Amino acid sequence: MSIEAKKQIIDVGDGAAIPRKSDRGLFTAWRIAFFGAIGTISYLAYSKPDPYLEILKFVPDGIAVTFKVTLGAILLAIVIGLITGLGRISKNRFFNGVASLYVEIIRGIPLLVQIFYIYYALGNIVKVPAILSAIIAMAVCYGAYMGEVVRAGIESIAKGQREAALSLGMNGRQAMIHVILPQAVKVILPPVGNEFIALLKDSSLVSIIAVADLLRRGREYASESFTYFETYTVIALIYLIITLFFSKIIGVMEERVSVNK
Amino acid sequence: MSTNNRRKMVEAKEIIKVYGSFRALDRVSLDVYDGEKVVIIGPSGSGKSTLLRSINRLEEIDRGTIVVDGMDLYDPKTDITKVREEVGMVFQSFNLFPHKTVLDNLTLAQIVVRKRSRHEAEEKAMALLERVGLASKAKSYPGKLSGGQQQRVAIARSLAMEPKLMLFDEPTSALDPEMIGEVLDVMKDLAKEGMTMAVVTHEMGFAREVADRVIFMDAGRIVEEGTPEHFFTQPTHERAKLFLSQIL
Repeated sequence: MSIEAKKQIIDVGDGAAIPRKSDRGLFTAWRIAFFGAIGTISYLAYSKPDPYLEILKFVPDGIAVTFKVTLGAILLAIVIGLITGLGRISKNRFFNGVASLYVEIIRGIPLLVQIFYIYYALGNIVKVPAILSAIIAMAVCYGAYMGEVVRAGIESIAKGQREAALSLGMNGRQAMIHVILPQAVKVILPPVGNEFIALLKDSSLVSIIAVADLLRRGREYASESFTYFETYTVIALIYLIITLFFSKIIGVMEERVSVNK
Repeated sequence: MSTNNRRKMVEAKEIIKVYGSFRALDRVSLDVYDGEKVVIIGPSGSGKSTLLRSINRLEEIDRGTIVVDGMDLYDPKTDITKVREEVGMVFQSFNLFPHKTVLDNLTLAQIVVRKRSRHEAEEKAMALLERVGLASKAKSYPGKLSGGQQQRVAIARSLAMEPKLMLFDEPTSALDPEMIGEVLDVMKDLAKEGMTMAVVTHEMGFAREVADRVIFMDAGRIVEEGTPEHFFTQPTHERAKLFLSQIL
């Protein structure tokens, strides 16, 4: 029997780059971008209050909605992802088949189309607020990607861990809960952070179904005041600041986890 | 040997295990009696690990029967977790749970499987750590321990379940030479206390000293079987002679 030493690297790279101390170049770039964005937005608001300060006053509602959608969707996506990931590695053919089919279908349809689809499909059955429909659509989409992250995370834990648990009399479920998943979480955390950032950015897509998120609020302001360029400059800078802020937090969390071994 | 009237702990009959077109086990039969120490040796790829791992069904066999402590492993009515509760296993790569402290490694299955209280489990765990000389490491994580220490913890972890049979799958093969002795000492103590043991190993000194019976495997078969004196002094099979001349 060979000693299993393989450690899989999960790379689902559609989030913002998460800066690590070891990556000097990116670390510096993060600082320049983050503080640069804050500086620029402050300078604009100070030197040209009309329209920049007006825009900044108009969009906070939208930021709140963006956060609501992102948080709601990521939490739901983690739950869906966990179930899907377990399904993908399950020996139960039905459970496995359903999970795999879900992943294949979802990954083959653009998120924007899914948002439209769920909004209108759901609208045909029950009357739900647009924001709820948006959260569900985002979660259903990201749940599929999250499922793959969970699957890869579980598979990265050496087979010997499961065998040791089983040899002590645990059943498969106990081994999963007490031995495999707690270890997989550490492996899964970085890519989940990535997904969170990606979801935060993709949440701007929900503005299409009348959810008053950050982008939507910007569009509302712009179309009334005809200050398209100025408004979208502010919107872009706000997204940038939020995204960079969270990528930093996730980076710090990751370091904590990897140190606490 | 007066083993005939003793109870059989393991009774494997005509087992066959196939990987693709390769026969890892080719009609192997093996009995292990209560209290007996069986040492299985042989060249790598001879099927000795596969045989050992099939005893607690970590390895599924393709044909034959295996009865452990009166329970038929392949009877649909048998709950395999019940069998595994009675059969401890020590792996070449230790397989301690890296996210848990040494103490928690020992208490986890006691609490989850044996349904003992945390207090009771910890008492048992500390007594066992004491016995393998590692009580001071109870709060450490496995990653901070040397290989020899990890393997002693792994043995203690198995013993915490109070198994009737212990399986050792090359327990010293991944260790630096200076750490082999400390692990073998723990195993010898265990043998003296009367534990039923099946050990796959390359440690011939251990086999000579501890084994009631030595089994030599080659190409998925048991080709020679007997007392250590017989095996090490006058093996009959050519393959066994060759193996011994290479290893001793």
